[in-house]
Amino acid sequence: MRHTAYLALRDLRALWRQPWYVAVTLVQPVIWLLLFGELFKSVADLPGFGSESYIAYLAPGIVVMSALFSSGWSGMSTIEDIDRGVTDRLLVSPVSRGALIAGRVAQSALVVVVQSVIMIGLALAVGANFPGSVLGVVVLILVAALLGAAFGALSNSLALVTRQEESLIGAVTFLVLPLTFLSTALMREDLLPGWMQTAASLNPVDWAIEAGRSATAASPDWGMVAGNVALLGALLLACGALATQAFRSYQRSV
Amino acid sequence: MKTSLDHAIEAEELVKTYGDVRALDGLSLAVPAGTIFALLGPNGAGKSTAVRILTTLSRADSGRARVAGHDVVGDPGAVRRAIGCVGQRSGVDRDATGAENLRLQGQIHGLRGRDLAARVTSLLDAFGLGEAGGRFVRTYSGGMQRRLDIAMTLVHRPQVLFLDEPTTGLDPEVRAEMWHEIQRLARDEGISILLTTHYLEEADRLASDLAIVDRGRVVAGGSPERLKAELRGDAIHVELGFAAEGAVTAALEPLAGIRELVIDGTALRARADEGARAVPVVLAALEARGVDVSSVTVSRPSLDDVYLRHAGRSFE
Repeated sequence: MRHTAYLALRDLRALWRQPWYVAVTLVQPVIWLLLFGELFKSVADLPGFGSESYIAYLAPGIVVMSALFSSGWSGMSTIEDIDRGVTDRLLVSPVSRGALIAGRVAQSALVVVVQSVIMIGLALAVGANFPGSVLGVVVLILVAALLGAAFGALSNSLALVTRQEESLIGAVTFLVLPLTFLSTALMREDLLPGWMQTAASLNPVDWAIEAGRSATAASPDWGMVAGNVALLGALLLACGALATQAFRSYQRSV
Repeated sequence: MKTSLDHAIEAEELVKTYGDVRALDGLSLAVPAGTIFALLGPNGAGKSTAVRILTTLSRADSGRARVAGHDVVGDPGAVRRAIGCVGQRSGVDRDATGAENLRLQGQIHGLRGRDLAARVTSLLDAFGLGEAGGRFVRTYSGGMQRRLDIAMTLVHRPQVLFLDEPTTGLDPEVRAEMWHEIQRLARDEGISILLTTHYLEEADRLASDLAIVDRGRVVAGGSPERLKAELRGDAIHVELGFAAEGAVTAALEPLAGIRELVIDGTALRARADEGARAVPVVLAALEARGVDVSSVTVSRPSLDDVYLRHAGRSFE
């Protein structure tokens, strides 16, 4: 536990020292929010869409999407650590193997929380409103953090297996956009083609978006929210186990 | 097997294969406690693989090893608490300061609060990094980074230190500085040190015992002095004007007192009890066969000669 905190702090400190990187990570989702908000403004006028403003509909989707984008790069630090010998040095010290993954994942989750808080504030400023309780907003941040942590663990697994920055960039880019578009981030479920609805129901990104949107709505469907949170928790455990396994396979190869 | 009281490191018949490559092929060694031991061999001989197995980073396919009295497979945690290791790749976090690197390493080893702060300060001072401690490691010179590397491995006062090619890539001045540091650690702190190197001079200078590794096995071992003493006589190196293996063999084979003749292109090596007396005889015999000689040197046996003899080829 202690080791996890030390390692997560090391990562956060490194992040803090790259202000440009932090700025870009924050600005990018803001651009998505404003750009998509304007671009698809008239979507809200479609029959059957129902929301009073598109940006209010869009906000939870963009919060979750940003979580996905920022945590996807978590594995990059792992590749850098392998190349520099940091990983090997940690492996011959009495640090727990779990903490090496947990530290990175905790860092991803924390970054997502900070990012989400900023995004929600901004969404409110540009006219979105979250009619539900404050608890609902907390749940939205929670599901974004859960998804970020799970995807961070997955990114680290890929990093440990490929050990090449180019391959990781390719894999993450390949995953992120389809996962976002095969969800209700931008478009209400009833208006998606049938096969997309099926795909969305199997898509963890959509679990997080649906849970976050419902939790922040005027009358949340708490049963569905709890179910999706449980699914995301299970996903995080599965990705964590995968990452630990990837670590073992890395160690066998050195 | 003897206990850890006698030996800091004991390895028996270690075998490790990567795919079709047999990196270690039954490597055995014993490092007496409190000494500097060198694993000497060319790149690819298996030195680093041995270090990875002894430091619990990698696992041998077969064989057994104990470090500081603990089995590397049975009790890796105890081994990790007892050792420090500087790998070939530095392992410092370049985006953190020297002090931060030391602090994280100390925290991992369970140091806290005031003890940790005191240890970090004393190590920075001991390695001449007192003023640079607050700077990012990426601004350090190669020598400073290596010193930080070593300082980091000492945070928890290890019993056994592994240095995998500690001076590769350093300029001569910094290398001499490192040698000094390594000797000081063994002498003043009583740390047992295993270092790998492909510099003969380094092994000769630092190690009280060494093992020559070739193709994953130890082909010769002992103190540098003993290994050199095993070679009788002086080494004669002749540089020929052109390659003429047949003529050279014919000229020198019949000569009494010339042994261990090795011809490699235009380089000729041989051994004689008294080098100074053998040289005129050798030159005369070569001249009689019409072989051109461009230079001759006579030297006391070096580790290079030891290597040549045990690995059957020259070191470089």
